[in-house]
Amino acid sequence: MTAFRKKIATNYIINAILVAILFVVLVILINTGVISRYNTGILTLVCINVILAVSLNLVTGILGQLVLGHAGFMLVGAYASSLFTLNSNLPLEISFPISLILAGMVSAVFGFVIGIPALRLRGDYLAIITLGFGEIIRVVSYNLKITNGSMGLSGMGTLSNRENPSPMFIYAFLIAVVVIVIMFTFGRSRHGRAVISIREDEIAAESMGINTVYYKLFAFVLAAFIAGVAGGIYAHHIQMIDPAKFDFNRSVEILIMVVLGGMGSITGSVISASVLTALPEWLREFSQYRMVLYSAILIIVMLFRPSGLLGRNEISVPKILANIKKRIANKKVPSDAKEE
Amino acid sequence: MDFTTHVINGLGLGSIYALVALGYSMVYGIVQLINFSHGDIIMVGGYSVYLVMSILGLPVWIAAPVAIIVCTLTGVIIERVAYHRLLVHNAARISLLITAMGVSIFLQNVFMLFFGSDPKAMPPLFTSTILKIGSLELASSTILNIITSVIMMSGLQLLVNKTKIGKAMQAASEDTEAAKLMGINTNSVIAITFAVGSALAAVGALLYSNTYPQVRPDMGNLLGLKAFVAAVFGGIGSIPGAMLGGYALGVAESLTKAYISTKLTDAVVFGILIIMLLVKPSGLMGKNKKEKV
Repeated sequence: MTAFRKKIATNYIINAILVAILFVVLVILINTGVISRYNTGILTLVCINVILAVSLNLVTGILGQLVLGHAGFMLVGAYASSLFTLNSNLPLEISFPISLILAGMVSAVFGFVIGIPALRLRGDYLAIITLGFGEIIRVVSYNLKITNGSMGLSGMGTLSNRENPSPMFIYAFLIAVVVIVIMFTFGRSRHGRAVISIREDEIAAESMGINTVYYKLFAFVLAAFIAGVAGGIYAHHIQMIDPAKFDFNRSVEILIMVVLGGMGSITGSVISASVLTALPEWLREFSQYRMVLYSAILIIVMLFRPSGLLGRNEISVPKILANIKKRIANKKVPSDAKEE
Repeated sequence: MDFTTHVINGLGLGSIYALVALGYSMVYGIVQLINFSHGDIIMVGGYSVYLVMSILGLPVWIAAPVAIIVCTLTGVIIERVAYHRLLVHNAARISLLITAMGVSIFLQNVFMLFFGSDPKAMPPLFTSTILKIGSLELASSTILNIITSVIMMSGLQLLVNKTKIGKAMQAASEDTEAAKLMGINTNSVIAITFAVGSALAAVGALLYSNTYPQVRPDMGNLLGLKAFVAAVFGGIGSIPGAMLGGYALGVAESLTKAYISTKLTDAVVFGILIIMLLVKPSGLMGKNKKEKV
């Protein structure tokens, strides 16, 4: 048992060190101007989409429920945080983090209110009803005074500027890391296992005494909270939001990231969200063809690898390291034997 | 404009939804796939009409069959290329769904590549007049929509209930495996279902471009979504249900526009959907499926 614990601890330390190195390297590159402001923006967007994909993965991959209205929660979060920073007189350094928490909470409330009726349904019907709610949120925000209709909100201000280009990226990156850690630990916790059992067989889970309504709602609300926070960062990153940015296609985009990476695989979501965000941006020269290419790749991947690129597997650096160690050890053994 | 006029206009609009909803419903009934690319079939139909009539300058009686043939072929090709492999391998339904979305994005962007993203004006398909029936004033296109949809619907009912292939469709939607054991070639049944659904969508496209004379690469998005709502409302998998759902949605939309607010129509449409799903998830005419443990 202690050896097992020790192994897990070393794994955590290895991962933490790697993430810290990646973070420090990226921030140094951004601050020294090696990574241009344009590319910093893309990296921030990558982090935001990672957060969104990982949060949707909780509902679609781990809980096994198809949701087509994730952009709705993002919209709620984006507007909640923007309205807070626009109307509070606090400096942005203080009001921005508060607005993110607020965005998450408002979005979680929406998730709760929508989740109670919606989660009674399963499969395609759940997908349809979340689609309906997502569209209603969008259409209503077109018509409210507080959301400024189709004009949307602008002028939120951002923490990044010419002298100091990294703060938005730091926020997005750190929150993405926190969200990923929460998802990993959640998936391995008692509650996470309860959620997974609902995915595998809802009726069996219920008969084993798992409160399926509670766990479904819990996962749904948690995902809504995280999507809301992502919406808040997004709003302050691009500084101009309108309802059209959070339409059905946006929900589909997030879902595609999850499915392409592999449902239930968090590292898969991270990789596919990063690639699918960065690639279209860098392919701007071929802007006419990029969406055609994008959809063609999507169809081909689904045809030949329907469970997504990683399936339910995770990529783990400690495991890869252990494999390499083993190989080196194996190579050594025969050479030693020869010498003898 | 009085209440009756709004209702009849709504029925005219609903006829288009109904024709498109039939395609959703039939495909869902057989392969349990929400075919998100179905809305884009309308767009394909719209552009074929535009090509034949505006670019080649040919009359409508050539454009209509061309649109129907192009749409039918597109539907069958999509099924063969994008869905067939997944259906044969019994892949997870969500993979099919994502593939359908992929096809939708693909079609829209290919057409955007060829025709540009700006809307193209359509020539009028039929000369439109205002008909006066008593105190009612109706556009001829509205009447045309309703009559066409009723004819199509009756034809489809005959096809499904009276012909051999229709019975095979029913059997496949009841239980695909059992249908296979009974010697039904479910593969060709699925292909024919896609073909019929797409042909109906082509008729929908003709009516749509007659009523709203312009085409855009993304015109299938909202239209498809609403037709899908209609299919769910009427009971997905049920043919009369899809028709009823389409009319109900059209009337609801027209009445909302007239009496509540033009901006909130979409919210009302989806609100109706949500209420329906909560009260009776199987839809107006859908069958309740019992869950097997």
